[in-house]
Amino acid sequence: MRITDLEHIDEYVWRVDPREDMLVPAIIYADTPLLEAMDDKVLHQSMNVAKLPGIVGASYAMPDAHWGYGFPIGGVAAFDPDQGGVISAGGVGFDISCGVRTLHTGLNRKTVASRNTELADALYSNIPCGMGSTGKLRLGDAQMDAMLRGGAQWAVAGGYGESADLERTEEYGRMSEAQPEAVSRRAKERQRKEMGTLGSGNHYLELQTVAEIFDPAVAAGFGLDVDEVLVSIHCGSRGLGHQIGTEFLKEMAESAKVFGIRLPDRELACAPLASELGQRYLGAMRAAINCALANRQIITHLVREVFADVLPEARLRLLYDVSHNTCKLETHVVDGESRQLFVHRKGATRAFGAGHTELPGALRDVGQPVLIGGSMGTESHILCGVPRSETLSFSSACHGAGRSMSRRQASRTWRGRQVVDELAARGTIIRSPSPRGVAEEAPGAYKDVGAVVDTAHRAGLARKVARLTPMVCIKG
Amino acid sequence: MQYWEHFQHSADIGVRGFGGRLEEAFAQSAVALTAIITEPNRVRPQLAVKISCHCGNVDLLLMEWLNALIFEMSVRKMLFARFDVEIRNGDLLATAWGEDIDIERHQPAVEPKGATLTELKVRETDHGWLAQCVIDV
Repeated sequence: MRITDLEHIDEYVWRVDPREDMLVPAIIYADTPLLEAMDDKVLHQSMNVAKLPGIVGASYAMPDAHWGYGFPIGGVAAFDPDQGGVISAGGVGFDISCGVRTLHTGLNRKTVASRNTELADALYSNIPCGMGSTGKLRLGDAQMDAMLRGGAQWAVAGGYGESADLERTEEYGRMSEAQPEAVSRRAKERQRKEMGTLGSGNHYLELQTVAEIFDPAVAAGFGLDVDEVLVSIHCGSRGLGHQIGTEFLKEMAESAKVFGIRLPDRELACAPLASELGQRYLGAMRAAINCALANRQIITHLVREVFADVLPEARLRLLYDVSHNTCKLETHVVDGESRQLFVHRKGATRAFGAGHTELPGALRDVGQPVLIGGSMGTESHILCGVPRSETLSFSSACHGAGRSMSRRQASRTWRGRQVVDELAARGTIIRSPSPRGVAEEAPGAYKDVGAVVDTAHRAGLARKVARLTPMVCIKG
Repeated sequence: MQYWEHFQHSADIGVRGFGGRLEEAFAQSAVALTAIITEPNRVRPQLAVKISCHCGNVDLLLMEWLNALIFEMSVRKMLFARFDVEIRNGDLLATAWGEDIDIERHQPAVEPKGATLTELKVRETDHGWLAQCVIDV
């Protein structure tokens, strides 16, 4: 990106004031190298989002932003329904409520390392992953609707987990006002065999070691110790969410004219929140959030089954579950006034600071864990939400590393076997059904997640708490 | 002349089909879709699945077509390698031949989630028809 196109506000803040039809500024959080490496389309897309009706504050891009669908991936935008605000299927993404869930094990690296091959094999065999895999659970129509209404609460009630898990899950495990009736038969059909599956691409399940702690006080509040082993699960709403995204993207693209919305780009397909279509999408998207929460809850149960067999002394307690592809109704203070806004986060993580009333009691004095997945075999990070990000980004932070190389280029550059061997030599065991899939996810195909989280920390979006290194990675 | 190729997108993959006829470009874009997942020549055309969709806008019809294939792959747990496509007045009727996913043999690399409006384009060029869009994976 040409940095001369933006005004440099401070070291980590870049801004374009409203021009043409923009209603608000576009603001990008990045250091100079990250900004220079960003695709020009990030700025173009951020400026386009700033033109959508009812947008409030600014159109934001996080430090890991890259070219998306209408909205940049790493984009955050809030809309006021009383000011003609819109909701956009592209602004949420196809993998609705894709997110990360991290569990403590209560075990140290040495204990887990003694059984890590056995754990890797058992996790790979017990947790369905990759295209074409299916879960053991089959949902009938009534069960499907109950799952779409109940989310992780439904899963826990069905024996997949512990009630304490819900305290540590956004929305306490259940997104309210979900409308299973707004979800098409085809979307439900696509989900029928996919409950409790990991998916593919950049989704993973990892055993990770806490390699470094940056903020001892917050780490203590999160219960993190150096050398402790954690389990992180990255996946979303599977086929159901993909189908909802597919159907509403097209319907919104075709309906824009009806609503009199002038789209600067067809990909920004959206509908007024106050319209029947907007409300129907909202109900379906909330059902998909519940699907993702239930899915990660079921996978949690499968992980616990594996540990109960291999390392029964493990106690898998949930640290937190946070989604990064959502649109949520939240209260934010704008120019001193408290407003109810629909905040789109596309490839961006909610990051509530200490004192936020939506945080569970145990985290309210500390802040929300912000779980950042890195590339396979490198490192992941745990950050903590800070009150200041409320004014910077509607309490949002980055979500991952972001690709620096296309899948095709990566599969031409590396061989899957070579990547597996190199990571094994560095102490990380990979299990995957697809060598090409592993090559496409090679660590070298991603940006440096460390630079992304450093920028998020320095820009005040969230605080760095701990760095995690992988021991085992199950890759779909 | 019919062929397909992928084009770059930062996080995902673009599929592009070419053909002398619109239908051939659509069929080639479908081969490119399969090639995201596995080598198309690894997929045996053993089972036929009928697919139909409709859209008055030819760009959106391409999106519908690729999404219909993604749906069939997802619910049937199949991969497709050969496609016969007919298009008339916005109605697309097709037969896709393929087989059940064999994880050992196909080693599926990544699962397509949906066809997007990004770089969506169906055009008649001097050399024939082009049909392309970015697939979210």
